[in-house]
Amino acid sequence: MTAALTELTLGQARDGLAKGEFSSRELTEAHIAAVEGARDLNAFITETPERALAMADASDARRGNGEAGAMDGIPIAVKDLYCTDGVRTTAASRILESFVPPYESSVTANLWRAGAVMLGKTNMDEFAMGSANMFSFKGPAINPWRRDGDGPPLVPGGSSGGSAAAVAARVALGAIGTDTGGSIRQPASFCGVVGMKPTYGRCSRWGIVAFASSLDQAGPLARSVRDCAIMLGAMAGHDPRDSTSVDRPVPDYEAALGGGVKGLRVGIPAEYRVDDMPEEIERLWAQGVEWMKGQGAEAVDISLPHTRYALPAYYIVAPAEASSNLARYDGVKYGLRVPSDDLTEMYQKTRAAGFGPEVKRRVLIGTYVLSAGYYDAYYLKAQKLRTLIAADFRAAFQRVDVILTPTAPSAAFAVGEKMDDPIAMYLNDVFTVPASMAGLPAISIPAGLSAEGLPLGLHLIGRPFDEETVLRAAQAVEEAAGFTARPEGVGR
Amino acid sequence: MTDAPLIQGRTGEWEVVIGLEVHAQVIARAKLFSGASTAFGAPPNSQVSLVDAAMPGMLPVINEACVEQAVRTGLALGAEINLTSVFDRKNYFYPDLPAGYQISQYGQPIVGKGEIVLDLADGGARTVGITRLHLEQDAGKSLHDRGPNATHVDLNRSGIALMEIVSEPDMRSAEEAGAYVRKLRSILRTIGTCDGNMDEGSMRCDVNVSVRRPGAALGTRTETKNLNSIRFVMRAVEYEARRQIEVLEDGGAVAQETRLFDPDRGETRPMRTKEEAHDYRYFPDPDLLPLTLDAEWVAKIKASLPELPDARKARFMAEYGLIADDAGVLVAERESADYFEALAEGRDAKTAANWVIHDLFGQLNRAGGEIADSPVSAAALGGLLDLIAGGAISGRIAKDVFAEMFASGREASAIVEEKGLRQVSDEGAIAAIVDQIIADNPGQAAAYATNPKVIGWFVGQVMKATQGQANPAVVNAVLRKKLEG
Repeated sequence: MTAALTELTLGQARDGLAKGEFSSRELTEAHIAAVEGARDLNAFITETPERALAMADASDARRGNGEAGAMDGIPIAVKDLYCTDGVRTTAASRILESFVPPYESSVTANLWRAGAVMLGKTNMDEFAMGSANMFSFKGPAINPWRRDGDGPPLVPGGSSGGSAAAVAARVALGAIGTDTGGSIRQPASFCGVVGMKPTYGRCSRWGIVAFASSLDQAGPLARSVRDCAIMLGAMAGHDPRDSTSVDRPVPDYEAALGGGVKGLRVGIPAEYRVDDMPEEIERLWAQGVEWMKGQGAEAVDISLPHTRYALPAYYIVAPAEASSNLARYDGVKYGLRVPSDDLTEMYQKTRAAGFGPEVKRRVLIGTYVLSAGYYDAYYLKAQKLRTLIAADFRAAFQRVDVILTPTAPSAAFAVGEKMDDPIAMYLNDVFTVPASMAGLPAISIPAGLSAEGLPLGLHLIGRPFDEETVLRAAQAVEEAAGFTARPEGVGR
Repeated sequence: MTDAPLIQGRTGEWEVVIGLEVHAQVIARAKLFSGASTAFGAPPNSQVSLVDAAMPGMLPVINEACVEQAVRTGLALGAEINLTSVFDRKNYFYPDLPAGYQISQYGQPIVGKGEIVLDLADGGARTVGITRLHLEQDAGKSLHDRGPNATHVDLNRSGIALMEIVSEPDMRSAEEAGAYVRKLRSILRTIGTCDGNMDEGSMRCDVNVSVRRPGAALGTRTETKNLNSIRFVMRAVEYEARRQIEVLEDGGAVAQETRLFDPDRGETRPMRTKEEAHDYRYFPDPDLLPLTLDAEWVAKIKASLPELPDARKARFMAEYGLIADDAGVLVAERESADYFEALAEGRDAKTAANWVIHDLFGQLNRAGGEIADSPVSAAALGGLLDLIAGGAISGRIAKDVFAEMFASGREASAIVEEKGLRQVSDEGAIAAIVDQIIADNPGQAAAYATNPKVIGWFVGQVMKATQGQANPAVVNAVLRKKLEG
């Protein structure tokens, strides 16, 4: 029974709860046990079993009164970047190691209002900066997948690595992450789960520890497209407390599913054929195109000419905003303080001890590109490129309804790899960053296995606020791919 | 336009060039980007929202009331209103700046070029250009005096909306700088966008001063920061001008630097130089969209502006026949102009103006109070003026009654009745007194035939006998009749 409950998709669990086949308490207990059984993955920074059981009991009581919400009784995991009232929120940083917010982020508040149950706060790259979940004060999260014939532990991707690992390992029915340049989609690809970044402005950023304000966006990770649709519906919505949140109705995303892709125009951008891309990823991409065509979609070759500038521009804009967003962690008000008699020295010691190497690198880059004399050459130019990248997409979406690309240029790599080469690490996001720069909705769907038996994702990008088409197309890929592989030892 | 006043140095004449940056706290119930209260004098850290304390994940949301106040101010300064403006982050580390950046407007302010016309003491005028007005957040307050080993931070002020109003370098003397601040304050108070209370810090000035030979290119300027009274603005300008002239006349060069004014010594001195120069790394705040205004909304605000000081002065001259000086003094503060208009309603306007300017302002100056706190209301002073006009008391007695009103806050008629100050106009009663005095002083009475001026002595005697309450006109008429008769 217990194992079976963690095998369900979120949608199946919801239906089972509705039919009274099991209670939220039973469902939650099964997942708490799974969380405890999978501690070697280091997927959680903070586990909250007592809170989970209390929320589950409250959910069962609501259901008894006929008041169940869209996600009532569903245990999920929350990236430790979302502020949770009364629950430690660290952003995986020593500087916030003991920070307990007295407030709840808008997205998590929406989820709790829909009845969801919190299992705990997941591991991640510090302040969401990283693509392998290697930069966490809690140590790396581990991908439940191994290469065929075992081999070294692999990274789950990042920055939402703990959330992706938790979903893949069947310890949570779904998880929420944040995506700045690919931080939901790339780990989803590495861990063989579905991960979606909605349109910038679709979900409120209020209460999410900021990395790069103009790019950060909340999104779901789950084991099916439908599960992501259910979660996104509960997460999204206008929030007057976030000036960049957009005031438009949230469609019924689940209802948008099942429509098929007949007649849908799917763009294949020439510029995503990058040097050194493994042939198996190229092949999977071509396979994806065939799947879409096989279901009646039309493949259209398109050009997004400024694609190659997206990654360098991203690594100017995101660090620039981060350098300013992280200035508040100064040892004065909350978080870590390393005392000193001298104010400047207190700042220096606190930030030196509190921030890890990648955060320091990006704060330095960001400070540099905003400095007098460099602003025009870097930040301003990057913003101009961003406008051009968005214009590329706008032009493309005159001709197509959705764009299909690979999610990442490789499968998951081993823990410790690429650590001496930041650029190699940054290249993980080469396919996900352009949609981030343009603020577009995008999703990664597990579509196949690499030669080494590791999951590979396909990536769909849609028009602004057209999450429905993205989800519909994603479901077509999902059905065609029939991805049933699972990590060795999980659920068997 | 007035010629620039020049300063005589050892080696010739110098012209002082002054520009001002005024930080005016916006009158609004809530802060610029949070809902926390802005009331002055609350206990430390009692008016701080999560946003003001820069808690992780908190986001700013613009307070429309503050935007409206900035637009109102821009319109009152005859300035261009920019329908699109942008909030930028000004980045620097300081304990009373919780986010590590101040949200301000750098490249695209909400208000562009405008102007203020100054009325000068010599009757001339000077037009001072306004370069721009932008909205920004105030910082918190560092308290260094609460303990020997720690600095405390009060964030009540953190995030309160300020308007930074930047002038062109169009002023040429300390008097003009003082007149500029006074005029600006009067406009802000008239339209209700800043209370102008410099002693509470709701208006603060940074003064840019340079000197040059008449007609020469601009000299190097210094910026003296955070002056919190008009007197200090003027003294800082005077000191800086003299200091710079001395430096230059001694063959030195003026350093471009930031200075502080020491009110105790009446001098400026360089601020402690930081080890490195500040690079504020301005960039558009990604948490906020560009601020866009609707032209119709701006037009509606414009239509709702009250009469501004310049227009009111012109009206006082045309409608009440006041001279320019008196009208100027009255409109300098909205409250005094309102007071005057209430007093002049149905009364002689010039008399009303004289009472306000000389008697009321005189008492207020001695008491060190503002017209808003005057113990004598316009209605009460009107009661006094009505007693004079009706012949019930003389103008001289009225001065004493007014002093009593100011001290006690009582009505004029009550004081007059209680002290029996009502003027005696009864001809019979005065004739009896006159008869007695003539009878007692036959010599003086006889002298009248050859020296009519002796009547003045008799008037004095009658007034003395009546403790000043006899109506002088009646006394004169009765005396003339009796002495001639």
